[in-house]
Amino acid sequence: MDFQNLNTLQRDVLKEIGNIGSGNAATALSTMLNRKINMGVPNVSILPFPQVIEILGGPETLVAGSYLQVEGEAPMSILFVLPEESINLFLGILIGERELEGKGLDELSASAIKEVTNILAGSYLTALSVLTNMDFSQSVPSLAYDMVGAILGNVLQLYGEISDYALIIDTMFIEEDKKVQGHLFLLPEPGSLETLFEQLGVVS
Amino acid sequence: MDVIKVGMADLAVCKAPQKLMTAGLGSCVGVCIYDPRTKVGGLAHIMLPNSDQVKVVHNKAKYADTGIELLLEKMQELGAIKNRMQAKIAGGAQMFGNSTMMRIGERNTEEVIKILQTLKIPVLANETGGNFGRTIIFNPDNGELYIKTINHGEKVV
Repeated sequence: MDFQNLNTLQRDVLKEIGNIGSGNAATALSTMLNRKINMGVPNVSILPFPQVIEILGGPETLVAGSYLQVEGEAPMSILFVLPEESINLFLGILIGERELEGKGLDELSASAIKEVTNILAGSYLTALSVLTNMDFSQSVPSLAYDMVGAILGNVLQLYGEISDYALIIDTMFIEEDKKVQGHLFLLPEPGSLETLFEQLGVVS
Repeated sequence: MDVIKVGMADLAVCKAPQKLMTAGLGSCVGVCIYDPRTKVGGLAHIMLPNSDQVKVVHNKAKYADTGIELLLEKMQELGAIKNRMQAKIAGGAQMFGNSTMMRIGERNTEEVIKILQTLKIPVLANETGGNFGRTIIFNPDNGELYIKTINHGEKVV
């Protein structure tokens, strides 16, 4: 099964999981930072990869991409992408504004982005786990700060001949008047979507 | 200047003064081949080492084996002669440095070099490896390959 062929009900279920997951993530982030952080999911979309790259500004656009693998009955990959212009604001909310130099992300900034990826992935997976009764375990995230085409390409390669489509959950972090947008990509391995939908009771 | 853009898992051929470019090569390998006499050039943005495990190959340009084969065919249609062909390659990085991810970049590069050797096409420049993305522009007029990165400068090989 491919993201391309989902019916309306299945799309709605995925969006709802996105909403529940972001609620969980906001709670986790607020607890970690001891400040109120809100999160919103302005949009959930299913797009072919080339289009994803164009939306993010073309293959050469500089982004931070944090990747982790999920094992269990429905294995998948999760990639969290922060556009360059969001990185500073994002770090501002998490660890205070940083002086980002062209050379890359310093260790603390990198850890902060990876930790948030952990929290986001954990939150969505918890939502999925509650709804499906399945167990998931996630790997430690790895981070790249480079051209988005190169990063997405590398992730896409792990799928080989599989889906060229991704589920993208736009994720908005809100603290008072600060708003930062990132994109969370969910990339199920072959068979995983079927397993998920079967457990969720929305088999086509 | 007329530059043809080649997307991920895609390929294109041209004749000078046209140029070929592909942006955001990570662990993919950009295979540039040209015939200096006819100035016919080709560029394939290869994603995976080989198509052995694949039952039906929908997109030949995705794999090193089928991609390079198709690239040569298309170049020959434009008048390139195989025994004059020369190659330059770039990409094959590992974007997520310390991860447990399969070393696809390296495997792509190895496979591409092996195939080019079998075809007796000399590899004049090999700009592969590292953990950073590359954008390349290939000029079949003189065989120059321009490589641009975000944090690792730019160069012409």
